[in-house]
Amino acid sequence: MGDPLYAQGIDLAVLLITLLKVVLTFVFLLVSVIMYIWFERKFISDLQNRIGPDRAGPYGVLQSLADGIKLIFKESLVPAESDRRVYILAPYITTITAFAAFAIIPIGDRISIGGHQTYLQLANPPIGILFLLAMSSIAVYGVFLAGWSSGSKYPLLGSVRASAQMISYEAAMSLAVASAVLITGSLTTRDIWQHQHTWNWNLWQLGVVPFLIYIVAATAEIERPPFDLLEAEQELVAGFNTEYSAFRFAVFYLASYMNTITVSAVAVTLFFGGPSGPHIGFLPALWPVVWFFLKVFVFMSAYVWLRATLPRLRYDQLMDLGWKRLIPLALYWLLLVGALRIGDDANWPWGPSHSTWNAVTIVACAAGAGLVYFGGLSAAVRVGRQRAEEETEHADGVRV
Amino acid sequence: MGLFDGFKVTMSQFFRPRVTVPYPQKKRPKPLRFHGRHVLNKYEDGMEKCIGCELCAGVCPARCIYVRGADNPPDDPVSPGERYGFVYEINYLRCIHCDLCVEACPTEAITESKLFEFSFTDRRDAVYTRDELLVDDKGMPKAQPWEDWRPGDERNTSAWMRATSPNGVAAYEGKVAWSGELGFGVRPPERGQSDAPAPAGEIAAEEAATPVGERPVDPGEHH
Repeated sequence: MGDPLYAQGIDLAVLLITLLKVVLTFVFLLVSVIMYIWFERKFISDLQNRIGPDRAGPYGVLQSLADGIKLIFKESLVPAESDRRVYILAPYITTITAFAAFAIIPIGDRISIGGHQTYLQLANPPIGILFLLAMSSIAVYGVFLAGWSSGSKYPLLGSVRASAQMISYEAAMSLAVASAVLITGSLTTRDIWQHQHTWNWNLWQLGVVPFLIYIVAATAEIERPPFDLLEAEQELVAGFNTEYSAFRFAVFYLASYMNTITVSAVAVTLFFGGPSGPHIGFLPALWPVVWFFLKVFVFMSAYVWLRATLPRLRYDQLMDLGWKRLIPLALYWLLLVGALRIGDDANWPWGPSHSTWNAVTIVACAAGAGLVYFGGLSAAVRVGRQRAEEETEHADGVRV
Repeated sequence: MGLFDGFKVTMSQFFRPRVTVPYPQKKRPKPLRFHGRHVLNKYEDGMEKCIGCELCAGVCPARCIYVRGADNPPDDPVSPGERYGFVYEINYLRCIHCDLCVEACPTEAITESKLFEFSFTDRRDAVYTRDELLVDDKGMPKAQPWEDWRPGDERNTSAWMRATSPNGVAAYEGKVAWSGELGFGVRPPERGQSDAPAPAGEIAAEEAATPVGERPVDPGEHH
C-alpha cells in the first residue's frame, strides 16, 4: 500500500532518501516553473506571429531567471493600510500549497537507492487525491488573505472574485475526480495510475466527460485564461496581488505557474494513465518518467494554446458555466459511473450471465433519468432568466 | 464549429514567417523614400548645391534649420552662382523629418538619407553643422562616430527621390528633371506606376536583387 521505503522501519538512510526526494522535487518544480514561463512566452509569441524573448541566453532561455533575479532585488513594499502579518504570510500559503500538491503525483515506477526500494513519488498517502483537493482548498486562503490584508479596494474585489470562482469550480472538479476514484476503488494516486496500466486509460473507461469537466474546472481553479478574471486588468488592476511587489509578487507568480504544472500532472495521472506507456527493455526505470513528462508537456502546451486563443469570460458567464452546467453534468456523470459500477458488481438486474444487457439497461435508465434531470434543470434556468429580466424591467433597466 | 475556429487561427500563425525581426542584429528593409538624417549634396564638379537662400529654414515647421548665406568668393566660388550657405545647421533634437526642407529647396541641395539610428549622448552633437552635413569628395555622407550606417542608407538620397515620387504628375514619369550629383552622375528615372520600360542603373539592379517578400511595401497597396 504505502511506499516500500518505510516498510522496514525508519533509520537514517531512509530519512536521508526522503530528504533527497523532497529536495529533488523542490528543485525540479522550481526549474520547471522557470522553464515553463520561458516556454509559455516563447510558444505564445509563436502563436501570435512574433519572436518573443530572445535577449537573455540562447533563444532567451534565461529570461525568466533574469526576471526572477530582478524581482528578488527589488524593494518589497508593505502598504501602510495593510494587515502586516497576514500580508506577509499570504504568498507563502499559496506557494506551500502549490508545492505540496505536487508531492502526491507519481512520476515513475519504483527505483532502488542503496538497497532501499522507493517509489518515484514524493509521498503516497492513503488519502491520496483528497490531499490535492485539500491543498487546492487551502490555496483559496492564500488568495483571499492576500487581497483582504492589502488594505486596498481592488485587491479585495479581486480576491473576492477569485475565491468565489475557486470555490464554485472546486465542486465540479471534485466530482470529476471522484468518478476516477470510484472506478479505481482507491484514493491513492499510485493505485489510480496502476489501475489504468497500460492503455486502459480512465479517459475512455469513464467516457471523455469527466476529463473535460476536470480540465475546465481545474483551469478555472488555477485562474488560467480564459478564466483569469481575477487579473482582468481593465476592471481590477492586477487582482488580489495588486499591492504585492518584488519577491512576494514573484512567489505568487511562481505558485500560479506551479499550479498549472500540477493540474497538468493530475490530469495525466487521473485520466491519461500517468507514467504508463509502451514498455522498453532498455533502462526500464527511465521510460515511465519520460512518458509522464511527455504527457504533461502536451497539457502544458495546450494551456498556452488556450491562453493565446480564448478571450476571458464575463463574470456571470463564468458562474453560469460552473453552477448551471458543469456541476449538474459532473453530478449526473458520477451517478452514472456509480450505477454502472454497482450494476457490474451486483449483476443487476438480469443476473450474472447477461452482463451486456445489464449495462444496456442501466444506461437506458440513466438516459431516461438524465432527460428528466436536464429538462428540469433547463426549465429552472429559463424561469430564473425570465424572472431576472422582469426584475430588470421593474428596476428601469438596472440589472439587479 | 465556431468555438474551435479560433484555435486554428492561432496555430496557423505558428507556421507563418515571423512579422517581427530581432532588431539590432537584423533589420527590415526601409521604404524607398524613408526620411532620415539629411545630407547636403554637391554637383558632379564638386561645387556645393546650396545657395544659402534659407527657404528650408523658412519652411521648417520645427524651426530646426539655421542658414546664413554669403557671397561666393570670386576667385574660389563654393557654389555656382552668386551666393552659398556659409552657415548651415540642423538641430536633430527638434527635427521631425517631415521632408518639407527637401521640397522647398530650389537646387536639390538638401535631401534626406535613410539613416535614423544616430543616438548621440551629448546635446552638442545634436546640432549638425555644414561640415557634417556636406557629402565627402566621393559624394557619400560623412559618417559620424555615433551614427550607425547600414548598407543602402546612403542610396537614393538625391532629388531623384522627390522628382520620381509616385504621387507626382504621371506625365513626367520617366523624364529626367534633376541635376547630376557628385559620385552618382545623373540618376536614371525610377520605374513608374504605368508600364514604363524598366530603367537601367542601380534601382533596377536593386529591385531585381531583392526578393519580392523583402521589398518595402507601399502603404497604398497593403491589404
